[in-house]
Amino acid sequence: MLIRKHIEPPSSEITPEREYLNRRQFLGMVGSMGAITAAGALTQAVLGAVQPAGAQQGEELTDEEKVTSYNNYYEFGTDKEDPKANSQRFRTRPWTVKVEGLCRNKGDMPLDGLLSPSKVEDRIYRFRCVEAWSAVIPWRGIPLADVIRRADPLPGAKFVEIYTLLDPSQMPGQRSGSISWPYVEGLRLDEAMHPLALLATGMYGKTLPNQNGAPLRLVVPWKYGFKNIKAIVRLKFTDSQPTSTWMRAASNEYGFYANVNPTVDHPRWSQARDRKLGDLLRKPTPMFNGYEAQVASLYSGMDLRRNF
Amino acid sequence: MTSVAATPAPRARPRGPRIGRALKPVVFVILLAPAAWLTFALLTDRLQGDVVKIIEIDTGTLALRSLAYTLAITPLRQLTGWSWLATYRRMLGLFVFFYATLHMLIYFGLDLELQFGEIWASIAKRPYITIGMVSWLILVPLAITSPNAIAKKLGGARWKQLHRLTYLVAITATTHYLWAVKKDTFWPLVYFGLFAALLLVRLVRLRRTASTTRS
Repeated sequence: MLIRKHIEPPSSEITPEREYLNRRQFLGMVGSMGAITAAGALTQAVLGAVQPAGAQQGEELTDEEKVTSYNNYYEFGTDKEDPKANSQRFRTRPWTVKVEGLCRNKGDMPLDGLLSPSKVEDRIYRFRCVEAWSAVIPWRGIPLADVIRRADPLPGAKFVEIYTLLDPSQMPGQRSGSISWPYVEGLRLDEAMHPLALLATGMYGKTLPNQNGAPLRLVVPWKYGFKNIKAIVRLKFTDSQPTSTWMRAASNEYGFYANVNPTVDHPRWSQARDRKLGDLLRKPTPMFNGYEAQVASLYSGMDLRRNF
Repeated sequence: MTSVAATPAPRARPRGPRIGRALKPVVFVILLAPAAWLTFALLTDRLQGDVVKIIEIDTGTLALRSLAYTLAITPLRQLTGWSWLATYRRMLGLFVFFYATLHMLIYFGLDLELQFGEIWASIAKRPYITIGMVSWLILVPLAITSPNAIAKKLGGARWKQLHRLTYLVAITATTHYLWAVKKDTFWPLVYFGLFAALLLVRLVRLRRTASTTRS
């Protein structure tokens, strides 16, 4: 089966120290493998969105090496190779996520406690950076909706505001002011509850590398990459639309929604076509990054040119 | 040797020119090496990430860096008295043109994939592309007038006047860089500072020679 192919690690990767240290997570993962097989139909439905029957050319997984070597993660430096170089000593345990704002179950949740009630799932998603490059990545994580349901938002909660860790001692980029810190992102509550929205803890069948947002990052595949906030420490339910970091930095270039839209150009480049990491040629970018059937209804009646 | 940098040598340094001439091929290879590396890395899939963006940005940076070397030659020569440095100026200047041309061809050819509608729209609509294009266009006459024969035909004074445009390129090219980046303005500002300092050194020098000739 297609999913298993990516789950089974090569023999060379059996129990490296890091995995051993994360054995609890690993056990949870093994447990969930049975569940995945059982819920095969459901998982397949998600995959179906990514790899249409008779997989299109260019839909193969992107090389793991490329996805882990070419990153936008300004906390560790603004060059694409900086995050990999500067994040290797980043401490991802212990890790606490603060749940606050307009919800009933507020509090500081240890990461394992936040994740453990949910079944870990594997999802292969397209990834589309606002800079017009793209990838196809096998993620591992839990639905964001699960965490939100457990937080039990109050009726007044309309948005969820999400924060990255602020720790300049570990994140050298935060010592300079290229953008404001900590990094903030946000989703409308119905977007956040969408079954495609994932809180990822792993990719390519492994624990998430630090440069890709360990230990916990958001993956919303129909939106531009910068919405996929990394190293999450805080979820806050609010009644007003959050101002994200990139909106604050350049509101004419980056909007709140940041839905992938080939018909709305970035002021400095066209969004009509994207280039997959490693490829030389571009391909047309599909509306909502290919997830139109699943998410378009979230935005019915909205002017997507204005709400970019 | 080169008549183009036709400033009289202040002092005769008998051993200087020989060292300068011997080192020239070495400098040539050093400046060409990044292009060779990028080609090799591209062909052997060693560039991890958005390959076209990587070579596009690298060639742009190399053009600016070569421009900084070119503009540093004269102040450095005046500071040290190493008149042989002047013979490097044309080679360095032509490297600016070489990398800037590669940079532009990669943008139009690989990044925009020769879609002429896109190319035209980008030049017309996006100010950082417009000013980048202007920078390249200014470089063209400078490159064309670099051979000795043409420089001679043009005449020293006119050649010199024309090649003052190098400073205009320094301003337009750095502006292009500044407008092209997102929020990471550190390096564009470093280049601005550097070019401003080099220009200032030259202006101070100019004023000093002007005042000494007057008195």
